[in-house]
Amino acid sequence: MTHNIAHHLTDSLLMAYSAGTLPEAFSLTVAAHVSLCDECRACLGAYDSIGGSLLEHSELPSMEPGSMAAALAAAKSATAAKVRAPRTRGVLPAPLQDYVGGDLDAIKWRPVGLGVRQAILPIQGVATARLLHIRAGAAVPNHGHRGIELTLVLQGAFVDDGGRFARGDIEIADEELDHTPVADDAEDCICLAATDAPLRFSSWVPRLAQPFLRI
Amino acid sequence: MPTDRLDHDRPKNDRNAENSLWTSCIARIRDESDEVAFAQLFGHFAPRVKGFLMKSGASAALAEECAQDVMATLWQKSHLFDPTRASAATWIFTIARNRRIDALRKARRPEPEDVVWGPDTVPDQSDGLALEEESAQLAVAIAALPPKQKILIEAAYFGDLSHSEIAEKTGLPLGTIKSRIRLALDRLRHAMN
Repeated sequence: MTHNIAHHLTDSLLMAYSAGTLPEAFSLTVAAHVSLCDECRACLGAYDSIGGSLLEHSELPSMEPGSMAAALAAAKSATAAKVRAPRTRGVLPAPLQDYVGGDLDAIKWRPVGLGVRQAILPIQGVATARLLHIRAGAAVPNHGHRGIELTLVLQGAFVDDGGRFARGDIEIADEELDHTPVADDAEDCICLAATDAPLRFSSWVPRLAQPFLRI
Repeated sequence: MPTDRLDHDRPKNDRNAENSLWTSCIARIRDESDEVAFAQLFGHFAPRVKGFLMKSGASAALAEECAQDVMATLWQKSHLFDPTRASAATWIFTIARNRRIDALRKARRPEPEDVVWGPDTVPDQSDGLALEEESAQLAVAIAALPPKQKILIEAAYFGDLSHSEIAEKTGLPLGTIKSRIRLALDRLRHAMN
């Protein structure tokens, strides 16, 4: 059971994930949040039901002759899907572990300076996703966004103008938010961040470094 | 015009009975590899999946091929279907959606980790019945949406479209689309309470 999550996904993100229209990086972030949040998991179930209901009432084109026999033959020739051992969480929720190849100790961090390390995840599509490791008390340089940035906290916590974000909380930032997330003093903060456009840094040093950091 | 397009008008009990039928067909495939049960499910769901994929922009040939795949997947994954968590139509929707992501976008689909049921939270039979009841209510609520809201909800699910692409296609400003979708969701929520 999960508890104490204060910052949730929006309806439009949950609906788009259910519909299957999000870029992979955002799908991963939604799947990781839902793994930690029973409330959003329940909402997702409701959006899947809308999909089921729309499927039930969709148009009915005729099937090709022999269609069912072909499907049955394909069904019987393939091996049955295995019952997967339930994937369990470490610090990283299971969908993230699938990308990293394990839990925290499998992450290959690269320093990006100022107390921040990152690991870019192998993702296709227009949006990118990375894990960020922010040293306790360190700040990510002030930045704005051209597109949407989703940040999911996995360990520790950070604070910015949007409030305090701890494990399971997700911050949804768009063009209107300029922020300087600062990690709590108590513990290093680890986040998953997904964005569909490069960030805009307000000071020139990170801006200069941007092409090298790939953020 | 297929006659069962009018099934919004049928009494709720009929639709519940229908879902129970599909649930038992899936169980018969799981337990006995029952080909008659498969034929029943195929007759009902394969054209729906094909129609769903064609609305998402797949050609008739691709939609046909994917619909066959979806039904074959249903056979292979019949043991993974949990009727206390989703209706048959909802489960088949998720298989079709994943097949569409694979066919049209060739992208990976990250899924949330599984819920591990603790000893106190094992779902019981009544959960399944409540779910059927809710699915039936939802179908009625969607059918009752004003056409303008319904079209946008459908576009969000059937089309492989983001809100801004819907804006381009319908000529509606993005703000209007978002507020109409929000209205539709509020209405659905209201109908479910």
